[in-house]
Amino acid sequence: MRALDMQDVRKTYGSGDNEVVALDQVTVTVGDDEMIALVGPSGSGKTTLLSIAGGLLSPTDGAVVVGPHHVTEYSRKELTRFRREFIGFVFQGANLVPFLTAKENLLVVADVAGKRGKEIERRAETLLEELGLGHRIKNTPPQLSGGERQRVAIGRALMNEPELVLFDEPTSALDSKLGEQVMELIRDEVKGRGTAAIVVTHDTRMTHYADRIVEIHDGRLVA
Amino acid sequence: MKLAWRELIRRPNRFLTAGMALTLIVLLLLVLGGILDALIQSSTGLLKAQSAPLIVYSADSKSSIDRSRITQAQHDGIAAVPGVHEATGLGIALLAGHIDGRNEPSDVAVFGYEAPNRFVPAPPSPGQGYADRSLRSEGLALGDTIELGTARTPVRVIGWISGTDYNLQSGLWVDAATWREALNANIPDAAVAPGTFQAVVVTPEEGVTPTDLAAAIDTAVPAVTTFTIDEAIAGLPGVRQQQSVFASIIGTTFVIAGIVVALFFALLTIERIGLLGVLKAIGASSSTLAAGLTLQAVLIAVGALIVGGALSFGLAQVLPDAVPLTLSTSRFASTAFGLLASALIGSAISFRRIIRIDPASAVGGA
Repeated sequence: MRALDMQDVRKTYGSGDNEVVALDQVTVTVGDDEMIALVGPSGSGKTTLLSIAGGLLSPTDGAVVVGPHHVTEYSRKELTRFRREFIGFVFQGANLVPFLTAKENLLVVADVAGKRGKEIERRAETLLEELGLGHRIKNTPPQLSGGERQRVAIGRALMNEPELVLFDEPTSALDSKLGEQVMELIRDEVKGRGTAAIVVTHDTRMTHYADRIVEIHDGRLVA
Repeated sequence: MKLAWRELIRRPNRFLTAGMALTLIVLLLLVLGGILDALIQSSTGLLKAQSAPLIVYSADSKSSIDRSRITQAQHDGIAAVPGVHEATGLGIALLAGHIDGRNEPSDVAVFGYEAPNRFVPAPPSPGQGYADRSLRSEGLALGDTIELGTARTPVRVIGWISGTDYNLQSGLWVDAATWREALNANIPDAAVAPGTFQAVVVTPEEGVTPTDLAAAIDTAVPAVTTFTIDEAIAGLPGVRQQQSVFASIIGTTFVIAGIVVALFFALLTIERIGLLGVLKAIGASSSTLAAGLTLQAVLIAVGALIVGGALSFGLAQVLPDAVPLTLSTSRFASTAFGLLASALIGSAISFRRIIRIDPASAVGGA
């Protein structure tokens, strides 16, 4: 089964002479436990593709299916629920909640879904331990290093047991050594769980961790 | 909601400015309301003390007890109306009261009455009176004699009562004969004949509705107008004006409280647009985020009410007696209700901005 199936996806902004094409007839699939690296220059459409795959943006044309979910048919409210339950996000610069501890940052995902209980707390603790942050559970983001913050963000993305995890430049704020470590961790976590992942990156040194590299230029995939 | 609560607890400094502003507003509202209540009480204590629901004035009085005169014949006529259980006379004389040991006379409202009411027992013997506690701060002591007006009509104080002031003057309750004597001796122009009062307070028989009885009295007795106590209070000189002036000030202050909350949370929302975008991206709904913001606004308002309430209570303790300030639970309750409503409306201003935050903004940012 495919974790992501995008068919002839087109995304435009504006209309008439002012129309800007962000994505043009993009067709891409990601297998169940496949990890792909999405590369391309700035403004090539990487972020737009990632946003559409994660239900953050709706395409102008085309179909997007994540697992059994026909995302293009979803309302805004359904998209919110879809992201909450089936997608994991890791943003640039981690983007953690600064006043919450590492563990609470993971629990935010459960909080916004209205879920609580001992089992969820245990899951957050287990994830942090797996990510090597067992001793940092009670630390807030300002007390963590850049690499640790990114690992907490990875834990947050995995908290809801997603079908697809989307990484937006996860190593951009890290030095190359730390970047390598984080990419290794991403690969291990994603592969260990059999989860599909798309990693958007500028850094070609990081692409060898992926099963496949997809390149995008001017809104079109390069064969 | 948990997130909003934790932000409030862990980053209290962030909310300190709004909290302090609202605390000062609560203090202002409670002090203004307390002054209004004290002023109204000082103006209306005489009528509020009445346990009877109706009061009868002469028709030409223009609903003013000061101008009203009820003759013995009218009094008898009122008492004879079917449905009247009790009709007792009430008179007023606003006089200067000379207290031994004080150079300046005190303003005293001398009430002549025939029957006990909510705050005052049955009339004392002639020459004796029950004084409002507000006269105690003027140096009057139990057993002292207060001399009224230029005629120096003596009244010996035999007990204290509270909350019966009238026209901002301290109440002194005496029997009808002593009141007439003091009035006739000190204000000859307003002198009254024996048996005449300024008003008659009416208690209906059981099962008789006050409004029906009021209409019956006005029909049966010539040249009188019957009011409910609330109508009579509204007719007192200056009361309505005082209430409307203070209501305007208090209402404006509530609006300012709403604006403070609205501006504060609008700025806070702008400041955390990035974080809200991330939360939306990971699946937080706009309603969840708006509920969190509302919770913060309400909790800040509750905190301001607690601290502002304590400050106003402390202020009331240190203010001199000359400053009228009455803190009541009903005033606190209405202030709390108004402030919470202002906080809710103020915080709601930011909802639109929260709804418009694009979750896609979380991706691709630096």
